[in-house]
Amino acid sequence: MTAICFRIHPQDNVATLLSDAPPGDVPVWGGGEATTVRLTEAVELGHKVALADIPAGKTIVKFGVPIGTACRDIARGAWVHLHNCRSNFDTRSSTLDPHSGAATDMKYE
Amino acid sequence: MNDLPLWSGFQRADGRKGIRNLVLVVYTVECASHVAHAIAQGETDTHVIGFPGCYDNQYAIRLILSLARHPNVGAVLAVGLGCEYTQAEKIAGMTGKSGRPAAWFTIQENGGTRSSIEKGKRIVGDLRRRIERETPRVPMGLADLTVGCECGGSDGTSGLVGNPVVGAFFDRLVDAGGTAIFEEIVEMIGLKEIILDRAATPEAREQLESAYEKAVRYCRQVRQYSVSPGNFAGGLTTIEEKSMGAFAKSGSRPIQGVIKVGQRPPFPGLWIMDSVPDDHFMMFGYTNPNDTEGLMDLISGGSQLVLFVTGRGSVIGSPVSPLIKVTGNSRTFQRMAEDMDFDAGRVLAGELSLEAAADELGKLIAVTASGRPSKPEALGHREYFVMYKHQDTPTIEQGCRL
Repeated sequence: MTAICFRIHPQDNVATLLSDAPPGDVPVWGGGEATTVRLTEAVELGHKVALADIPAGKTIVKFGVPIGTACRDIARGAWVHLHNCRSNFDTRSSTLDPHSGAATDMKYE
Repeated sequence: MNDLPLWSGFQRADGRKGIRNLVLVVYTVECASHVAHAIAQGETDTHVIGFPGCYDNQYAIRLILSLARHPNVGAVLAVGLGCEYTQAEKIAGMTGKSGRPAAWFTIQENGGTRSSIEKGKRIVGDLRRRIERETPRVPMGLADLTVGCECGGSDGTSGLVGNPVVGAFFDRLVDAGGTAIFEEIVEMIGLKEIILDRAATPEAREQLESAYEKAVRYCRQVRQYSVSPGNFAGGLTTIEEKSMGAFAKSGSRPIQGVIKVGQRPPFPGLWIMDSVPDDHFMMFGYTNPNDTEGLMDLISGGSQLVLFVTGRGSVIGSPVSPLIKVTGNSRTFQRMAEDMDFDAGRVLAGELSLEAAADELGKLIAVTASGRPSKPEALGHREYFVMYKHQDTPTIEQGCRL
């Protein structure tokens, strides 16, 4: 099955992958104009891809609402997650491993 | 949804209607929990709840009493060790006042583990025979139902379809005159205006604003938001993103107000449960330490049935009220088919519409209410977890106590 991604609200600057996807072109379904985005890296099911260039400090929008702030420049087609997007409330989540979500701030010794 | 068949429920003396006819064994301290579980072992429709602490806690007593007098519960046996603060005699006494047969004893006075288990089993057998003989059956429909919903192990599909399908069912339930409860105000962080705009009345708006501000303050104080490593691995990046997905389970009807743990909605409609601690001289940890505590909160509000929306997967169940597992992730549904009741991921695959999925979920709920065990129920999952917490006591007028 060809991977697709879903933009929930027309104003969203990210879309959610409906299956695991390797780098390459992926159709964007859902709110707003039907378009295609070229993934610059692999993105997994449930994760997000940037639909626009998002400069550091700008808002990440999903569901039509702010879900965080870019903490570095994000290019269109890039995976958007803990490594480049931070919560406007929760400070601990930015310290977690971006792939596994595992905590890195607790000592096991 | 009006074409749903009515099912036959259990009429309680206090006027409430249940979808199960359970005997509940309640331990009043961790020291009595082994005996309580051994009593229930092998007995028909007998579940166990309790409180582990030796020092009593008003929140926990309120919660235990709301479970002991739950519509799905027909009779109660309270078992204490004998030297703890929480009083088995009073739990049985208050349960008895609701018209349910209730008994109690302490292990120290009875003479040890084996004799207490034997005595407890005799009592449970008597209670079982009595409620089977004496409980009138009564027709029930959606208007008699209170359904609670929480999500756990959420991923990127939960907000896309898992929670929205439940939201669409909640709209149907509320329109049919039933009651829907959702919780996790700590998972509404970032959505203040969106939530306030859903208030049914100015009073509800005020309650929602105060509960929202308390949740934000509390998470900041304990430095932990309601988001887990599995959520992040599943593609959720921030609490705001998770919140928006979680809030979708509320559907689209007006929110009538905020209830607290152990408090029943005063009238039907859509309600939000506040499980965040109130200010107190003791700080009691997290709002929902795990999914099980959240489910017990929803059941304490009178939910005869609870829905659990997951993306990553989950294998919990619950005592007192059957749990139905919904996932928006078809891969999870296939991988964990023995535990998952409903695959909402079919909406993402284009196999059915959101509305059709909500209708199908409604039918599954009616069948479960009529007595067919949900998957967690059939597997024997009865996870139970309650910790110390403080919440200001709601008034009798607000429906906290009978």
